[in-house]
Amino acid sequence: MVTIETVLGHRMGSVLRTWTDKITEINKKYETPRIRMSRGVRIALLFLRIYLILLVLLLGYKFWTLLT
Amino acid sequence: MDIGSTFFYKYRRFVKTLKIYLLLAGPGLIVMLADNDAGGITTYTVTGAKYGYGLIWFLLLLLPVAYIVQEMTVRLGAVTKRGHAEAIFDAFGSFWGWFSFLDLALVNWLTLVTEFIGMTAALAIFHIPPVVTVVIVSIVMMLMVLQGKYWTWEKIAILFAALNIIYIPAAFLVHPSVGEVLRIGLVPHFPGGFTATLFFFLMANIGTTIAPWMIFFQQSAVVDKGMKEKDIPWGQVDTLIGSAFTVLVAIFLVVVTGTVLYGTEVESAAQAASIMMTTNPWLGTCIAIGLFNAGFLGAICISLASSWAFGEVFGWAHSLNLKIREAPWFYACYLFALITAGGVVLIPHAPLVLITLFVQVIAVTLLPAALVFLILLLNNEEIMGKYRNTTLQNIAGTAIVVAIIILSTLYGITTLFPELLT
Repeated sequence: MVTIETVLGHRMGSVLRTWTDKITEINKKYETPRIRMSRGVRIALLFLRIYLILLVLLLGYKFWTLLT
Repeated sequence: MDIGSTFFYKYRRFVKTLKIYLLLAGPGLIVMLADNDAGGITTYTVTGAKYGYGLIWFLLLLLPVAYIVQEMTVRLGAVTKRGHAEAIFDAFGSFWGWFSFLDLALVNWLTLVTEFIGMTAALAIFHIPPVVTVVIVSIVMMLMVLQGKYWTWEKIAILFAALNIIYIPAAFLVHPSVGEVLRIGLVPHFPGGFTATLFFFLMANIGTTIAPWMIFFQQSAVVDKGMKEKDIPWGQVDTLIGSAFTVLVAIFLVVVTGTVLYGTEVESAAQAASIMMTTNPWLGTCIAIGLFNAGFLGAICISLASSWAFGEVFGWAHSLNLKIREAPWFYACYLFALITAGGVVLIPHAPLVLITLFVQVIAVTLLPAALVFLILLLNNEEIMGKYRNTTLQNIAGTAIVVAIIILSTLYGITTLFPELLT
């Protein structure tokens, strides 16, 4: 079976494995948001998502104009 | 009771209150004075040179803005005993947690680079090579945190923060007309009309008043200091005094450059200091020392904000009260940030101007999220209990947050597309 250790070597692989395990542990720990998803909270988070998508698009556009 | 006894009683009470304040003062005062970091000092310098005293009234408006936002972090930290990064993970889940954390790590590191740019530029005026500045600053900053006590670190930081007020005596050196400062500065108006350039300057001044690292720093500092719910009023006083000082320092710097450099094209605080060195060496020295100190203060807070956030998220020991062997990852993060950010400044032909511009754009992606999370957390009864926002606090907080989001976004966009201003 191909594992991280076989691809990167034992030393590097185990370091990377420790990090990925830690990130998985954090993701599991905070899997469920503690805050109650009321209408206001959902609207605020939706606004943030749209805002960030627009900003990323703008950054992408700027990058594209710089390249061309 | 006779007059003498009453006076003595009041005097003792005042001294006692002052002693308690000096014990509890710290996070608010430090974060607010560090808010006038190298980028902030440059913004105020250029504002004064461009518009004279014309925008002092606008700086005064920033006092309640800074206070209202930062005061919320005091309550949140004292009640939850968690830093902002951990609070976001806990309340909003891992997606928003990772987003805020990674964005903070990036924007803090970039801002740290700009602090080193400010410090090296300031000391270059005294012919000190950048490499010497970077090495000495890094050593001093490491020694500050390695002594193993939050309290000691905080008091040393306050001493450095006190140097920030160097711009107040500097303003007296230029002998401004007080009547003119009050007449022009305190009457709200838009010098030269509401132009695109003026709008850019207003946005820049707001952008320097509230930065994402400030929210994360103060909340983590409140937790590390061990402040409890009963200490909240002291934390609020501390933040209010800090807000007053940050605005006062900004105003005095605008008075200096508005008096000496009004109408001169200035691009940075270091350039302003160099110009002043030729006409009034004392004044130039004050400006250069102030710029160095601003960068130094910003650097110690920003690198700590990142280290605390790493510790909170990864569950590592993360306190200035711990020795290096007890919290090795916490101190490793701090050292890594210092060395890499300082190292970038030393790279020949590094794109430092691009980095400075990039900071503003990246900060815009994090600031709205951090502010929105702050308001949502402060409104959660389960988390905040009786310390949650009142209606009045919500009205003020939401209005400020919305205004900051709109203006900082416009600032970021105009930085990205400067042709929009023409």
